[in-house]
Amino acid sequence: METKRKTRRQARVDQSLCVACGCCVKVCPLAAIQVFRGLWAQVDRARCVGCGKCARECPASVIAIQEVEA
Amino acid sequence: MKKRWYNYLWIVSLTYLILGFFHILFAWLGLLCFFIPLIISITQGSKGYCNRYCGRGQLFGLIGGRFGLSRRKDVPRWMKSKAFRYGFLIFFFLMFFQMLWNTYLVFAEVRDLRQVVTLLWTFRLPWHWAYRGVLVSPGAAQFAFGFYSVMLTSTVLGFLTMLLFKPRSWCVYCPMGTMTQLICRAKNHSAQSAEP
Repeated sequence: METKRKTRRQARVDQSLCVACGCCVKVCPLAAIQVFRGLWAQVDRARCVGCGKCARECPASVIAIQEVEA
Repeated sequence: MKKRWYNYLWIVSLTYLILGFFHILFAWLGLLCFFIPLIISITQGSKGYCNRYCGRGQLFGLIGGRFGLSRRKDVPRWMKSKAFRYGFLIFFFLMFFQMLWNTYLVFAEVRDLRQVVTLLWTFRLPWHWAYRGVLVSPGAAQFAFGFYSVMLTSTVLGFLTMLLFKPRSWCVYCPMGTMTQLICRAKNHSAQSAEP
């Protein structure tokens, strides 16, 4: 029997290109993204629901919404 | 999200730019935008200034975002590359030191005060109406003209990229942002290697 894989959407940050401006933090409705020590943005995987607000806001466009296994 | 006092710092940024049209000595206040981010990054190892207090970022966010003046396109790939960001930081530094040198020449009475604001490091705009002499030494006034040139130039650049790309695309290549991120990188060296 084929089992259906559950997937969910989540934000992923390309940390090598992140400028740590914090625009994503301001728009996240679930406080699921933080700037880690002025280096880059970090997604809290337990909280992120992949709404995509951060990806749209990011001035450097380094956040992508990806399908991940639930 | 609850609005806090620091969500209104765009008013301070806008006021700063306007004041420079009335009296150039207000330009000295712009040093706060240099020292506060540096102090925060050096003492706390964070980009708290960019993340919370940067009035210029808020202003671009407001004009480009809420007022909808931005095309909201992605910045070109080269613009977010380390080469461009560091290159722009170095260029900015060189121009800044040249401005300091010009200030020194006026202080040392080698050169007369030039009442101009230099836009984009090239165009000399007459700005004599914002200075009425007597208050301070010509050197202090020259610094004000030079520093206001730096602030106005970066605002114009940020405004252009705000129109073309995302509202806060200035943040991508902002020299202060790049510098504070480098400071954070140096300060948090051990934490960095532990992270992916």
